[in-house]
Amino acid sequence: MPERQDRIVPHFQEELEQLKTRLLEMGGLAEDRVSSAVRGVVQRDAPLVDRVLAGDGPINDLHIEIDRRCFRLLALHQPMAVDLRSIVAAVKINTDLERVGDLAINIAEAVRRYMRHPPVKELVDIPRMAEIAQRMLRNALDAYVGRDTDLAQAVLNEDDTLDALKTKVFRDLLTFMLRSPDTIEPGLDLILISRHLERIGDHATNVAEDVIFMVSAKDVRHHAGEESLT
Amino acid sequence: MNLVQTPPPSPPPLTAVTVRPSTPAASSAEHPVCIDVQEMDFYYGQKKALDNINIGIPAKLVTAFIGPSGCGKSTFLRTLNRMNDIIPGTRVEGKVLIEGDDIYRSGTDVVALRRRVGMVFQKSNPFPKSIFENVAYGLRINGLAKSRADMHARVEESLRQAAIWDEVKDRLHDSALALSGGQQQRLCIARALAIKPEIVLMDEPASALDPIATQRIEELIYQLKTEYTIVIVTHNMQQAARVSDRTAFFWLGKLIEHGPTDRIFTNPAEKLTEDYVTGRFG
Repeated sequence: MPERQDRIVPHFQEELEQLKTRLLEMGGLAEDRVSSAVRGVVQRDAPLVDRVLAGDGPINDLHIEIDRRCFRLLALHQPMAVDLRSIVAAVKINTDLERVGDLAINIAEAVRRYMRHPPVKELVDIPRMAEIAQRMLRNALDAYVGRDTDLAQAVLNEDDTLDALKTKVFRDLLTFMLRSPDTIEPGLDLILISRHLERIGDHATNVAEDVIFMVSAKDVRHHAGEESLT
Repeated sequence: MNLVQTPPPSPPPLTAVTVRPSTPAASSAEHPVCIDVQEMDFYYGQKKALDNINIGIPAKLVTAFIGPSGCGKSTFLRTLNRMNDIIPGTRVEGKVLIEGDDIYRSGTDVVALRRRVGMVFQKSNPFPKSIFENVAYGLRINGLAKSRADMHARVEESLRQAAIWDEVKDRLHDSALALSGGQQQRLCIARALAIKPEIVLMDEPASALDPIATQRIEELIYQLKTEYTIVIVTHNMQQAARVSDRTAFFWLGKLIEHGPTDRIFTNPAEKLTEDYVTGRFG
């Protein structure tokens, strides 16, 4: 017979840990797909882009599984305080990560269209945007795991950089498109890609806001930073 | 804002209840049916307290009975080890099979049955003896320990199983009555486990305890299911939700619905169950 420990870890806490692990797994998948889609456009790697287009299943499955876990935990354990905030945050983070997965597909579709044309220009800002968006996502998830509000705040601070780059990409490409109508179609796809990357940053921002709420019960959305539940 | 309070809906009359026929037991190869109750009625004298109960209770899982006071859940629990036999004028009709044996068959050895089907009560009831003796008692009268060393080993094993060993190992010969309420209840669980039952029935095992002691008992129940079939009666719905794998809802002596706990608490099939778990009555 296995020996028991006198100190019992409540199985609810174990289930919360499992939930966290599954969310991280989903975050890893979403981040990987964004990375592949962007490498596809920089390297003009069609097979890589095709793999992004084909591989949405695991994220969708996790999306459903995580929602079910949260639903079950809420129904059966009636969590309170930080536990309640953790599960509510998990439900919202889950939705954000699923949307990131969808945006990776949107990027991959735009890349496929873009690759039918010669390159408009050497891509500099879009890879930078991708790097920032992925870093924001990774840091937001690290903040979730480590309950690190400082890191979450750093994610929020980075969003402005991403927004500024999106505006710059738009202006640069507008110049190309005005000069040469042949570049309008591929140029629009690059603008779309930058728009999708900016949206990924927005989702990372949402995750970071949820982390701050989870840890400190402070609602920092929509500049509601002064409000607190405590 | 609607300031007019509507009165809570009263439970529908019994005649309006659609009682589900015997739901197929939610058993599996891993958790075959251990207790199979078929068309069971129970009477206190002329009064029918349980009406046509059909349920298969799976092995090595926690099954919780819930329902409002007087719904028959404790009565039903006590039919599973013939504890009601000690109340004069009671009568059982139908069958209760444990691992295929009809426990109400004439000639059943009730003492042997209660060895297979242990019980833990609402109020902890340690003997006024030492901690050690409380656990050793059942082993001794059943002749289950081969030697002094074996007795000690079994007492330790039971106390460990009940997650109380570390708290009592240095005072095994102190009176059990000196323990806190939560510790006494875990000691009673150790006492029940010592004679190695197959099934443990628990009648409101945590209702007299504070939230911390309750959590320890709940975790213990959750862990014990790897080795025992556990049936628990609780009027605390949240407790049933937290600890059980299967839940059965009783109302006015009828088994209204039973199934996986997560389904009962998220999407019950019966309106009555939904009304009860959402606090609309009871």
